[in-house]
Amino acid sequence: MAYTYLEFEKPISDLENKIEKLRGSGDIGKDIESEISKLSSQIEKLTKEVYSNLSIWQKVQVARHPHRPHFSDYIENIFSDFDELHGDRVFGEDKAIIGGLARFKKRPVVLVGQEKGKSTEDKISRNFGMAQPEGYRKTARLMKMAEDFELPLISFIDTPGAYPGIESEERGMSEAIAKNLSLLSNLKTPVIVIITGEGGSGGALAIGIGDHVCMLEHSIYAVASPEACASIVWRDGSKAKDAAEAMKVDASNLQNLGLVDEVIEEPLGGAHRDSRGVSNSISQVIEKKLHNFDEVDISDLLKKRYEKIMSYGSI
Amino acid sequence: MAKGWFNKILPSFVRRDSSNEKKSPVPQGLWQSCPNCKEIIYGPDLEFNLFVCPNCDHHIRIGARHRLSYLFDEDSYEEISSKLEAKDWLSFKDSKKYKDRLSEAQSNIDEKEAMISAFGKINGKEVVVSAFEFRFMGGSMGSVVGQKFIDAANKAIEMKCPFICFSTSGGARMQESLFSLFQMARTSAVLNTLKENKLPYISVLTDPIFGGVAASLAMLGDINIAEPKAQVGFAGPRVIEDTVRVKLPEGFQRSEFLLNHGMIDMIVHRSELKDKLSGLISKLHK
Repeated sequence: MAYTYLEFEKPISDLENKIEKLRGSGDIGKDIESEISKLSSQIEKLTKEVYSNLSIWQKVQVARHPHRPHFSDYIENIFSDFDELHGDRVFGEDKAIIGGLARFKKRPVVLVGQEKGKSTEDKISRNFGMAQPEGYRKTARLMKMAEDFELPLISFIDTPGAYPGIESEERGMSEAIAKNLSLLSNLKTPVIVIITGEGGSGGALAIGIGDHVCMLEHSIYAVASPEACASIVWRDGSKAKDAAEAMKVDASNLQNLGLVDEVIEEPLGGAHRDSRGVSNSISQVIEKKLHNFDEVDISDLLKKRYEKIMSYGSI
Repeated sequence: MAKGWFNKILPSFVRRDSSNEKKSPVPQGLWQSCPNCKEIIYGPDLEFNLFVCPNCDHHIRIGARHRLSYLFDEDSYEEISSKLEAKDWLSFKDSKKYKDRLSEAQSNIDEKEAMISAFGKINGKEVVVSAFEFRFMGGSMGSVVGQKFIDAANKAIEMKCPFICFSTSGGARMQESLFSLFQMARTSAVLNTLKENKLPYISVLTDPIFGGVAASLAMLGDINIAEPKAQVGFAGPRVIEDTVRVKLPEGFQRSEFLLNHGMIDMIVHRSELKDKLSGLISKLHK
C-alpha cells in the first residue's frame, strides 16, 4: 500500500523521495552511501522537529491517519490466543465493535474496542467504527462476563462516535449508552481504558470509564467531533480546526486538565510509523497497571473509581 | 401569519416584542399563539391549563421554575446548590466567549444555570426534584448541571426520599467539551448509589432531549415517563437525515415512537403528571 503523507509531513516525504531516487539511480559508491546516510539523519531530525511541535489540528489528522494502527493490530501485537465473541443476545452482531477473550502474557483478560476497518470493504462492514446499540449491548454483555469471571477488562477506543441512524434510534441508542455508563461505573473488576485514535463523544465514553484512562500521545478525545462542534457552535462545519483547538482535544491538554490519567508516548513520527513500537508501550502500561490493581482490594478499587468519576468537573 | 395582524391591532402596551419572544419559549404577554396549531389563546387561560393548548392539546415548553411550582405542594420548596455558576475550564471562545454567553443567558432569564434542583413535598410526600431549564443555553449539560444533579441525588439519599428529574436539553455543552461529556459518567454513577439505597429515580422526558443527556440520566429512570409528543433521541433529526439521506418517518423520536419501541414506560398528560408521580413513588418507596 502506498504510504499516505499528511500535508505537514511533506518536507519529510521530499527527503524520503530523494533517498529513493538515489537508491534507484543504480549508482553505487561511497558518495551515494554517505549522501543517503546524511539525508536519513536529516529525516530523523526533521521528523522529531515536526512531531514535537504538532498543532492541535495536526494531531487530529494524525489521530485519523489512514495507516494508524487499529484495535485489530493491537489485539495481534499485544495479546495472544484471542477468541472473538459475537453478538448482543438481543438483536444482532455489530462489527464496529470487536470483543472477546484473550491472554495478556498468559493471563486471561476481556477485550472490547472499536474497529474502523482497513480495506474499503472492511470499513463498510465495520461502519467505520461507528457502533449501533447492539455494539454497546455486546460490550455490556462482555463487561458482565469480565465481572462474573473476575477477569480484567481492557477497552480500546477509536471511533468518530456512535452511529446516527434511524435504526439506532429505534433500538434505543441512548439507553444502550446510558446503561454502559451505569454498568462501568461500578463494574466489579479492574478496567483499563486506552484511547488510541479518535475518542468521539458518547460513543467513546460508553466503553471509556475505568480505573486507568490513558491516551496515546497523538490521539484525541472530545464531547463531539470537531466538525460536529463547529456546526453546532459556529454553525459552520468548516470551522473544525477552530473547534478542535477550542475544545482542547489533544492528550497533553486533557492530562493537564486532570481528565486523563496518563499519556502514552508514541514512536518518533507517530504510531503509524511503528505499530510494534507503540504496541510495546501500551503493553508496558497494561502490565504495570494490572500489577498495581492486583494489590488492591476490589471494594477499594470501586471506591477510588467512584471518587475519580465524581472529580471530573466537580464544582 | 395570524399573529402578525393580531399584534398590529393590539394596543402597544400588550403587544409583544418579537425579538424577545424568540429567546423565550415560555409564554409572555396577554395573548399567545400555540406553536403547534397557531390558535390564539388568552394568556391566563393558557397558564391555568398548565401551558397545554386547549385547542390541540400541544404541550408547550415551560421553564424549570414553572415545573417546580406545578409539582410541589403549595408551590413551596427548598432549592439545592442554587448559587453554583459555571467555570470556563477551557477558556472556550467561538464567535463569542463562553463567559459572555453565560452572562448573557443569566441576564436573559434570570437563572444561574440550566438546572434547578429542589427539595419539597408532592401530595404530602418528600421528594427531591431536578428540572432542566431549556432557555439557558439549550438546557445543555456542563459541569454545573452535572453537579446540581449529583447534589440533588445525594440530598435524596440524605433525606431517604425519591428523586425525580425533568429533562429537556440539547445535550452535553460543547463549551466545556470533555468536562461536559464526563458529566454523563458522573450522573450515571450517582444513580447507582441511589439504587444501592433503594431509592427510586423517575425520569420525566419533556420536549426536547438529545445527545449526552438522553444517553445518560434521562434514560436511566427506574421508570421513564414522557409528556405527549416530546422529541427524544440520541442524534438530532438533521444529523440523521444528513447521514442516512432519507426523509425521517412521521412521529420519529416522539414519545409515542419511544413507547412503541420499548424505551419508556408511559406517556402522561401534563395535567395528570403530579398525581401519577406521587402514585408511582408511593408504590416504590415506603
